[in-house]
Amino acid sequence: MIPSIVVFIYLAIVLYIGIFAFRRSTGSREDYFVASRSLGQWVFLLSLFGTNMTAFAILGSSGMSYQRGIGVLGLMASSSAIVIPLTIFFIGTRLWGLGKKFGHMTQVQYFRDRWQDNHLGTLIFAMTATMLIPYIIIGVMGGGEVMQSLSSSPVLDAAGKAVLGADGKPLTTSWVSYELGSALVALVVMGYVFFGGMRGTAWVNAFQTVLFLVFGGIAVYLISTKLGGFSGIMDKMAESKQLAPLLSRERISQTEFFSYLFIPLSAIMFPHIAIMCMTAEKVTHFKKTVIFYPLCIAAIWVPCVYLGVLAAQLFPGLTPGETNGVIPMLLTNYTEVWVAGILGAGIMACVMATDSQIMALTTMFTQDVYAHYFKKPGVDRFQEDHRQVWAGRAFVIGIAVVSWLIAWALHREAGIFELAIRFAFSGFAALAPIMLAALFWKRSTAAGAWAAVLWVTVAMIGSAWLHTSSEALVATLKPGVMYTQIYPALGDLFLRSRGGVTVYGFLPVMWMTLICAALMVVVSLLTRPPKAEIVDKYFPPKIPAPTPAT
Amino acid sequence: MKWLATVWVIVLIALHQDFWLWTNKTLVFGFLPIGLVYHALYAVVASLTMWMLVKVAWPKELDHIEPVAPVAVAVAEKGQTP
Repeated sequence: MIPSIVVFIYLAIVLYIGIFAFRRSTGSREDYFVASRSLGQWVFLLSLFGTNMTAFAILGSSGMSYQRGIGVLGLMASSSAIVIPLTIFFIGTRLWGLGKKFGHMTQVQYFRDRWQDNHLGTLIFAMTATMLIPYIIIGVMGGGEVMQSLSSSPVLDAAGKAVLGADGKPLTTSWVSYELGSALVALVVMGYVFFGGMRGTAWVNAFQTVLFLVFGGIAVYLISTKLGGFSGIMDKMAESKQLAPLLSRERISQTEFFSYLFIPLSAIMFPHIAIMCMTAEKVTHFKKTVIFYPLCIAAIWVPCVYLGVLAAQLFPGLTPGETNGVIPMLLTNYTEVWVAGILGAGIMACVMATDSQIMALTTMFTQDVYAHYFKKPGVDRFQEDHRQVWAGRAFVIGIAVVSWLIAWALHREAGIFELAIRFAFSGFAALAPIMLAALFWKRSTAAGAWAAVLWVTVAMIGSAWLHTSSEALVATLKPGVMYTQIYPALGDLFLRSRGGVTVYGFLPVMWMTLICAALMVVVSLLTRPPKAEIVDKYFPPKIPAPTPAT
Repeated sequence: MKWLATVWVIVLIALHQDFWLWTNKTLVFGFLPIGLVYHALYAVVASLTMWMLVKVAWPKELDHIEPVAPVAVAVAEKGQTP
């Protein structure tokens, strides 16, 4: 019970932070949606990182490591450690500049103006919003699972002995159910996003990141002490025929590992990251962010992956759905209750990165749809600000309630990680060439962007269909065999593994991104160049530096 | 210097595919699998690389950018800090 009480205290603190941020607000739309572009460099770094630390990063990574081994670190974390800072360095800084110069708050506002095409902007809005919603649901689901896990205790019989279930495992009971836990998370996030807007969200994210980094280290140390060090367990794993592959990358193919490098391209296309890039007070704040970002990734992911692998020895026989709970299980079994509680709050912090997604979706809805299509004529700009802020707040309530309802109805329908990968990461990553073309290629056209966006949409639907329709093939995979052909007549073109579908062994995201880039280039070159005034607006001629007088 | 930085970034991305450690189960210090250590150090090198990029390839043209949009003007008119 104590861990869950600590989590309740934590929830109260973050709610207070949101309300405190409300007291600092000026009431303008720029203040509510992008914190008046005034975040300091440390808050900017911590909140940007916290925004990207999600339920998937903590629960999904350890769960996946339990199944596939230490390779998960390279697969997802070290690839992110180089690709995400590079995209923030080259793209994030430019987005900040565009926001500062032209007042843009969303990617869609920029695309609409850059290519002078309203419908293209609406299409990109619809697509990114659709891909963002599963991300929010994952957060709410993760919140419910963590609350349930931290409040669980064994069922005891009259003699005080643990009651075993039909599967031989001890039965547990939780005083906070999944439904109640997820409702609480949705309610608290809704509360501080409603009141604090972007400033509240950023402050909460910064607080959450610090909390997790500090107490994560303490928890790893305590777990190690309780186990008498990790060497003994690792030696046992190395000797086990079944578990030894987890200490290397035998359960991951080289082609899959390579194609995972494309996934972190999604970061800069995630609306919550792109919008967050517009909140920095100065562009120089990006310097510390890109330098420290890889270190923060290592600090979070190395323990999560390591503990996930360790859990395979400590809690053998978990099903894929259960593996996402290994970190909470380690905390409750191998740390003091107060540490488990604080770390539970830390995990909750990552789970609640859903706040940034709700904030981003609200900003997109308000700016790209409400303000764009329903602007009231004759209303002065201060009244307009007021209308937009309250439309945003109404949307926050709506999206929180809908997300909870979906999380409640679809609980255990899909693993956290699978859901995120299938519907969000790949699609956002594949859209990255469009942003690159808009920012760095004068000759890129709306038609090129249309072709690229439609391709990504079709490819996403296609790969999701292929994934679902080949589900039955997974049962036919023998131990030690990684892939099977989906259509034997097509050879290795479409392969099915336990993780999903690949195309010639590479993840679909790689092909989606490369073909998106190719379409963007070819169709742009085949269509009329953009107007000169638009090119001049976004690519102003460089003024030569004055030569010193002699 | 910029071309050297570009070459290094490409090399670093290539180094991510450490096929030579694929099936290696050596435990560094007796408890850390070598593949894990490699990718943890990779993140540290990535951080140093970003420090180098900040030094040699920073987009200086963004340092003195000024707002021209009506939104920013409106906020400024109201007496708020944009």
